[in-house]
Amino acid sequence: MREACDLVVVGAGPGGLAAACRAAEAGLDVLVLDAQPEPGGQVWRGEARKGTNRLARRWLSRFSASGARFRPGARVVAAPEPGVLLVEEGSSSFAVRYGRAVLATGARERFLPFPGWTLPGVLGVSGLQVLVKDGLPMRGKRVVLAGTGPLLLAAAATIHAHGGEVLYIAEQASAASHWSFALQLWRHPAKLLQGALMSATLISVPTSTDAWVIAAEGEDRVESVRLSVRGREEQLQCDYLGAAYGLVPNLEVARLLGCETSAGAVVVNERLETRVPKVHAVGELLGIGGVDQALVTGELAGLVAAEQPIPIEMERTWHRVRAFAARLALHDAPRAELRRLATPDTLLCRCEDVPMSALEGCQNLREARLYARLGMGACQGRTCGTAAQTLFGWSGEDVRPPCLPARIGSLRLPSEVSSTHTRES
Amino acid sequence: MSAFDCVIVGGGIVGAALADVLSADGVSVALVEARSIGAGTTACGMGHLVAMDDNAAELALTSWSVSLWRELADGLPRTVEYDACGTLWLAADDEEMAAVSAKVANYRAAGVRVEVLDSAALYEAEPALAPGLVGALRVVDDAVLYPPLAARTFALRAQARGARLMTGCPVRELRPGSVVLSNGDVLTARHIVLAAGVASPSLCPGLPISPRKGHLLITRRGAPVVHHQLVELGYLKSAHGTDGASVAFNAQPRVTGQLLLGSSRQPGDATREVDAALLERMLKRAAMFLPGLDGLQALRVWTGLRPATPDGLPLLGPHPEKPWLWLACGHEGLGITTATGSARLVADQLLGRTSAIDARPYSPARFLTASSRETAHA
Amino acid sequence: MRETASKAVTLVTLRINGRAVTVPVGTSVAAALAMTDSFVSRADLSGRPRGPLCGMGVCFECRATIDGVPEVLMCLTPCREDQEVVTDA
Ligand SMILES: Cc1cc2nc3c(=O)[nH]c(=O)nc-3n(C[C@H](O)[C@H](O)[C@H](O)COP(=O)(O)OP(=O)(O)OC[C@H]3O[C@@H](n4cnc5c(N)ncnc54)[C@H](O)[C@@H]3O)c2cc1C
Ligand SMILES: Cc1cc2nc3c(=O)[nH]c(=O)nc-3n(C[C@H](O)[C@H](O)[C@H](O)COP(=O)(O)OP(=O)(O)OC[C@H]3O[C@@H](n4cnc5c(N)ncnc54)[C@H](O)[C@@H]3O)c2cc1C
Ligand code: FES
Repeated sequence: MREACDLVVVGAGPGGLAAACRAAEAGLDVLVLDAQPEPGGQVWRGEARKGTNRLARRWLSRFSASGARFRPGARVVAAPEPGVLLVEEGSSSFAVRYGRAVLATGARERFLPFPGWTLPGVLGVSGLQVLVKDGLPMRGKRVVLAGTGPLLLAAAATIHAHGGEVLYIAEQASAASHWSFALQLWRHPAKLLQGALMSATLISVPTSTDAWVIAAEGEDRVESVRLSVRGREEQLQCDYLGAAYGLVPNLEVARLLGCETSAGAVVVNERLETRVPKVHAVGELLGIGGVDQALVTGELAGLVAAEQPIPIEMERTWHRVRAFAARLALHDAPRAELRRLATPDTLLCRCEDVPMSALEGCQNLREARLYARLGMGACQGRTCGTAAQTLFGWSGEDVRPPCLPARIGSLRLPSEVSSTHTRES
Repeated sequence: MSAFDCVIVGGGIVGAALADVLSADGVSVALVEARSIGAGTTACGMGHLVAMDDNAAELALTSWSVSLWRELADGLPRTVEYDACGTLWLAADDEEMAAVSAKVANYRAAGVRVEVLDSAALYEAEPALAPGLVGALRVVDDAVLYPPLAARTFALRAQARGARLMTGCPVRELRPGSVVLSNGDVLTARHIVLAAGVASPSLCPGLPISPRKGHLLITRRGAPVVHHQLVELGYLKSAHGTDGASVAFNAQPRVTGQLLLGSSRQPGDATREVDAALLERMLKRAAMFLPGLDGLQALRVWTGLRPATPDGLPLLGPHPEKPWLWLACGHEGLGITTATGSARLVADQLLGRTSAIDARPYSPARFLTASSRETAHA
Repeated sequence: MRETASKAVTLVTLRINGRAVTVPVGTSVAAALAMTDSFVSRADLSGRPRGPLCGMGVCFECRATIDGVPEVLMCLTPCREDQEVVTDA
């Protein structure tokens, strides 16, 4: 099967939706692909059904009116030649031939290993939030959250709203850097409002800066956690632990296409063009910046793709949100103590069960991969590669197809794509 | 400046195996590797230890090498994943089956254990294969392993005997009696061995080694099991053309429960990118032999560059015009297999011993003397 | 408002490892897993239990066979009526 379009958008979070709206409204034939069952990306997950967030509602209805086509459950797995993507969808697959592409693949959480992090019931901070939005029962459940930055509060608010009891919020940042960050929020009215709303509902939850999780304990699932709180150790019984340290961009599709990356973000010019002709990147791919950045960069890229003029105010907004992103990155940078929590038998690679001790003598990610199987499993190193980068300063390796595990059949070229070789039935 | 009996340039499986053998003989060795041990072509190879009978010299080196691997097997860590699964050469038609009897004679003459399977025996051994195959040749003692850890094991063994392991050290220049590193450091040595695989000509211009690119695909764990390394006999026809890209069905069971699929050959191609059209040809070919293939989960596709020589045999021995330089390179698609035999042949020559097999067919002099160059050009 | 209304109206029943689970429409299979006795999605290579980690299709901890299709991620799959989910646990 084959699809053709003027513009393909990979990722239907705020960045992808804004790009798709602007381009489709200007008359382009736009196809939006996302691995999730609904549009909205991470931050607006479930909003397509619930519609509780006004900003999300506005963009989602604008999107459905825009004329852009949406394929849910569609995972981009390979890019066999410039202008073509291979996409796996359920038990079938198809190729997309596109004129331009906007990559809006967003971000994932940064996990760092600690003893017990592989127990069921230990999730990411936003990972737990997402599951709660998706129906994970919270009534009567005791939850500990450990991590960094505004996402901790967002997760706590969601859990609280669904009847869960948040026992503790451990913020790894030091008090000084946390409060200087919080005080900067006044420059960003949208963020400030979000922050204020969150803290009002969470006023009774014990929260500490300079605090992190040391270990999770339990038999077949997490039963208790040990925390380091300003140098003291505390133990709490709980049903769920959310523990993750900020976000990192999902660079795999961009790197598969050959886009240049630097310091963990895709390199773009002021028109949001990557170094690969006709391929743009927006949202978290430019460095973690949240909804505001995703929306404004998405709109910009959509307008550029449709060859529309760029309002000067839009460019100004972009520069303003970049400043916020830079401060967020400083705040969220994991502190040194977090790199020393794992013991020799703590697993670093969860797919291939590679313990820390197996990395002895390895100098870089390639050696860890070749000698110890780090990152050789199903998640292709998405979890442990990011952790190894933080723990050891190792940089990532080239992305090879498929950029997500895929059926071999999904990597086969439909005959329209490989004109010289036809496909077996 | 440090002094050694022997400096080996290149820590692929060939250089590492040589360091292992020489250090066991008490030779003081430095193994100098630009990046990491076993991270070059060795990390891209399939790890099929295979006796091949295209010609007498190839059969002599491969069958001896496979038996050397078997002797080593008990001493290898479990993570090297040595598995004596044997090879099944699959015959798709009567013509290919007819070729089997000649192969049987070749192998038996070389002391290699083989068995002919008729169609029924083949499907009993490998029920996952597509119907319609007429039989197979089973080479009993062939095996598979995980090449980068095999190379690392050799290197660490040599290190434990006192050899100097230098990784992250690109060599800039080879000189009579010394090797210059890119940071300007100089290592002196009585003997210098060039084992830099496909990069060897950059340190010794004029070597007849060119890249021959190959593609491989690995599945996730839990792929339906095949029990032998499976290769189509048609491989013999397709793999050895000198120009044009070719593909052949080649499937390997890993002890992890994964399936490793090959393979392709693109002479003269030194790029690293996956060639989607060639991958498609390779997968199409593989799907003809394994009908359920399209439903298996692919984890990754990659490429590697085989260091190919004009006659398919490696260069093992002294450089005829540079008596201070020894060559251990040009192993094409068989360097994992022949690393053990190659290491012995080079070590024996270096130490003035006789070898278990005749070293002359692999002598660099066949290409590198004035007269051999004329013949090659004629 | 809308949220409670839709929950009250529409429920679906699926089977996870043979056990019937009834959930509001829009619940993901990963979330529904917690309504069985355990939150275990698979066993690691030495048989220890694992559960969902990332909730967003990154970690592959939540893979299961869903309606006969292997290696489907439960966190990206909405529950449907009569769905058959078999985990690796
Ligand atoms: C769980 C979570 C909660 C968050 N909550 C907040 C919040 O409350 N406030 C805030 O300001 N920020 C929040 N963030 C930060 C968030 O990343 C940004 O605000 C915003 O969502 C970024 O938009 P985006 O369009 O760049 O990416 P995303 O919204 O992350 O969207 C990326 C989309 O791309 C899809 N995708 C990725 N790879 C592929 C592929 N190969 N094939 C097909 N589809 C693919 C994903 O499924 C996803 O839907 C949150 C992040 C996470 C992870
Ligand atoms: C797709 C594919 C499948 C294969 N399958 C098989 C198989 O099943 N069985 C089999 O027997 N063989 C197989 N092979 C062939 C086998 O992989 C090679 O023949 C073998 O790895 C060659 O080993 P080597 O040590 O000569 O080269 P390499 O492994 O490339 O080692 C050379 C080393 O030299 C280093 N180097 C280069 N330049 C310098 C410098 N200036 N200074 C210092 N160091 C330097 C490199 O970094 C490298 O590590 C396959 C090859 C490919 C590509
Ligand atoms: S929970 Fe991580 S992929 Fe589903």
